[in-house]
Amino acid sequence: MTEQQNHIQLAEESLAKQSTTLNLGPTHPATHGVFQNIMEIDGEKVLSTVPTIGYIHRAFEKIAERRPYYQITPLTDRLNYCSAPINNMGWHMTIEKLLNIKIPKRIDYMRVIIMELARIADHLICNSVVAVDTGALTGFTYVFQWRELIYEIYEEVCGSRLTTNIGRVGGFERNFSKVAWKKIDKFMEGFPKVMREFEALLNRNRIFMERCIGAGPISAERALNYSMTGPNLRAAGVDYDVRVAQPYSSYEDFDFKIPVGTTGDVYDRYMVRNDEIWESYKIIQQALEKITKLEQEDPAQKDIFYAPEADHFHLPAKEDVYTKMEALIYHFKMIMGEIEVLPGEVYHAVEGANGELGYYLISDGGRTPYRLHFRRPCFIYYQAYPEIVSGGLLSDAIITLSSLNVIAGELDA
Amino acid sequence: MALTNEILKEKLTEKFGEALTNWEEPYGMLAVTAPAEMNLKVMQHLYDDDSTRFRFLTDLTAVHYPERKGEELCVVYHLHSLENNVRLRMKVYVPIEKPDVFTATQLFSGANWMERETYDNFGVNFVGHPNLTRILNVDEMDYFPMRKEYRMEDPTRIDKDDEMFGRGGTVA
Repeated sequence: MTEQQNHIQLAEESLAKQSTTLNLGPTHPATHGVFQNIMEIDGEKVLSTVPTIGYIHRAFEKIAERRPYYQITPLTDRLNYCSAPINNMGWHMTIEKLLNIKIPKRIDYMRVIIMELARIADHLICNSVVAVDTGALTGFTYVFQWRELIYEIYEEVCGSRLTTNIGRVGGFERNFSKVAWKKIDKFMEGFPKVMREFEALLNRNRIFMERCIGAGPISAERALNYSMTGPNLRAAGVDYDVRVAQPYSSYEDFDFKIPVGTTGDVYDRYMVRNDEIWESYKIIQQALEKITKLEQEDPAQKDIFYAPEADHFHLPAKEDVYTKMEALIYHFKMIMGEIEVLPGEVYHAVEGANGELGYYLISDGGRTPYRLHFRRPCFIYYQAYPEIVSGGLLSDAIITLSSLNVIAGELDA
Repeated sequence: MALTNEILKEKLTEKFGEALTNWEEPYGMLAVTAPAEMNLKVMQHLYDDDSTRFRFLTDLTAVHYPERKGEELCVVYHLHSLENNVRLRMKVYVPIEKPDVFTATQLFSGANWMERETYDNFGVNFVGHPNLTRILNVDEMDYFPMRKEYRMEDPTRIDKDDEMFGRGGTVA
């Protein structure tokens, strides 16, 4: 690489032009992440913008080519870190698809619970941050207590909070503890009231509506052409949801709606996310009922937390690893990738909190993937940003950025 | 009639004949290899044809196979026909000395950054792309990091070699 020295040299045209160049970011508090936008503005009107990305590019795809399968899970945490469990489980399901492992229903439902909690947490962040950017801080601090409870549930299940590394190939590392179930119940009990209050605060709030309606719209046709997915696509009126189109983890057993918007503006995106929170809540309710039913029919179900077929992928219990030699050896072998993996090529998609999160995995039978590509929804839909904000106001550009839910970790991989 | 992998395969063979090769169906997704100069033709046909309507580009990336002489780089398209809910994987192989592939940006605006990322990582030259510059890596970089010859770690390190784990050979 050649070293280059960049002297600041203003172009001749910069003296003559009538518009202003504004550097928005990369470390501006209003951008919620490391994004840079070089905007050309005329007064408050945005004429054009050039996004620069890659500030936290960590070359995950390259790193993954040297990592055994289990060591890749922590990399997926760091894509969309607001809903890390969905990424983790998507990755585990990709391996399960590659190895043709059948998963018992109870595990599927447990996964659904965690994934939907993650979706709720992600949408809560996004929606409350939209509110913050319009000047309403109250909702943000209020719902964050409940996001905190979701993180406590993760903690109870896997031991960590933000970058979770939750679950294993074939299920979970251990069964949900009593405290975990209790915390889930506590969430289910208390959350609707809070959510209703949050909605009462904003949904019909005159100031909020005036700020959001009509800001940063995109048509369904353009959104599809930009390969947008997730709530942003649905806000534009396309009812595409991977959970319904290509169900994974037994989503076909659940009864839920796909909320859609019409204009694809900030308000529609906000409303779609809100409605999805309610749908996720309903899904968790159903999952809990289904698990209770399974356990009533067959009490032995209570002990199922990983698929017997995935035994060679299931790490031994920690107390055994510390006391028994065989367990320690198995643990080491699994972590270092000494497990038979078939050669094959698989694409698996899950509905991440902000769109279709795809894993394109090529295995040559080695202990690391030959190639692993993440289809990162953020990266793909953020390129529509210049088109969406051009011609609008600068303040609309800010709330558009937050309502698109662009997560720097996922954007830059 | 609902579109299935078999019907899709029939339709494409009918239109393009022998040009499309390597039909596979791993894990339920139809995969096909197209000649490099025909990638856009196939995609345009899939886009326009009323019975297929592949109007959603899910993903675009590349894979480097150093041992395949003359076709080292493989550009992979994942297309999705949302109305029929059918996915298709299309591959295009190009030589590493002249990795020219027609851009899909005319068809899909979303291909813009995906192609830039693929160029950035693999050096695939998307002919006709409006702004084929690096996107994630620094502009001054003078190599393509995702190609297999660029090892991730210090090449003098041997403790992370596959041989240590009984597999033999080195995965670069």
